[in-house]
Amino acid sequence: MHIDLRTVSIEPLRQTFDHIAARIGPNKPASRYLEATMDVQPDVNFHYRPTWDPEHEIFDATRTAITMKDWYALKDPRQFYYGTYTASRARMQETAEADFDFVETRALADSYDDAARRTALDFYIPLRHVAWGANMNGASMCAYGFGTAITQPCLYQGMDQLGVAQYLTRMGLVLGDQGEVQAAKNAWMDQPQWQELRRYVEDTLVIKDWFEMFVAQHVALDGLLFGLAYKEVDDALNAKAGPTVSLLTRFQTELFEDSSKWVDACLKVAAAENPQNKAQLLQWIAHWRGRAMKALQPLAQQALGLDADAALARVSARLDARLAKAGVCA
Amino acid sequence: MSNVFIAFQTNEETRCIVDAIVADNPDAVVNFQPAMVRVDAPDTMVIRRTSIEEQIGRPFDLQELHINLITLTGHVEETEDDFTLSWKH
Repeated sequence: MHIDLRTVSIEPLRQTFDHIAARIGPNKPASRYLEATMDVQPDVNFHYRPTWDPEHEIFDATRTAITMKDWYALKDPRQFYYGTYTASRARMQETAEADFDFVETRALADSYDDAARRTALDFYIPLRHVAWGANMNGASMCAYGFGTAITQPCLYQGMDQLGVAQYLTRMGLVLGDQGEVQAAKNAWMDQPQWQELRRYVEDTLVIKDWFEMFVAQHVALDGLLFGLAYKEVDDALNAKAGPTVSLLTRFQTELFEDSSKWVDACLKVAAAENPQNKAQLLQWIAHWRGRAMKALQPLAQQALGLDADAALARVSARLDARLAKAGVCA
Repeated sequence: MSNVFIAFQTNEETRCIVDAIVADNPDAVVNFQPAMVRVDAPDTMVIRRTSIEEQIGRPFDLQELHINLITLTGHVEETEDDFTLSWKH
């Protein structure tokens, strides 16, 4: 008997969903990211307006002063949808856990220099309350924002900030004890050098315009705070007492690098859309950045002493460079 | 003038790689086959790390090409930043 083997090529009738094909052209395979993101949020045929905000539809592009012809232009260059996001964060978490393990098994925290330990505990642990505020803001931007392209990564970023808060708490427990974590809460509530930052965080919680919140949280505060905390203060502690704290803050360093790519891409697209957007963004950035610098000044002073001004100038210059690259500088 | 080509398994990763190749090599011709995608280019084809990273949205090590590589023709010249196929030498 003779058997003839041959390959049959079956052309799929469509490569992707029609609404994706309408964006990328027919007969092109689409990425999972595009399929999981584009036009996912409903934008027509809403029934009732929300009783808590009858001025707007439940999803409403006019909740912000920023205008976009297509809100799905604000894509995430990291192409995170649920699958890729969780896989990426699982990898980061694995590394961070290994670092905590390393510090604990070798008792690096016990042999850590006491003056540096004091500086680290006083500076880093109250920041868990800032991260919690950022978590709330992430959820808020996701709730009131428009278009899955931007609301999706806003929620991820909020979750990441919750992770930051947890790692900071654990760092407090590794370098100190539960008393240190409580002391940090008291410092956050009462000590004068924290009050300007606390006011900043509390004020961002009630910003109505979600894109302004994006600028206040991701561009101004995180842009400066992460640069100060996880670069400048971290470097200073390394020079004094070795890299134990760097090991315990690795997640934050990696997160900042990762999320900056997304933040810069959104700013760039929104500012390039029209001159009104750009002017509005510049005004928000100037306002919130000024406040963030003022809030961070006494904390930089507390952690770095005489080097505080030089360190803040470097942090500010790095943010300038990012903004210039995104096309939003005056 | 003769062609060089490279063929990958068809999947989510190689879609980005092929898009990057097409962006960097305007003369490249993509040929979709069952479970395989083959890219032909006259004389030379360059695969750049930065272009793939742009498409894939994460850092990419060019050695990762080998995970999905089926076959290729041409003399290979590789650095950390690009992978070039040509008939030079």
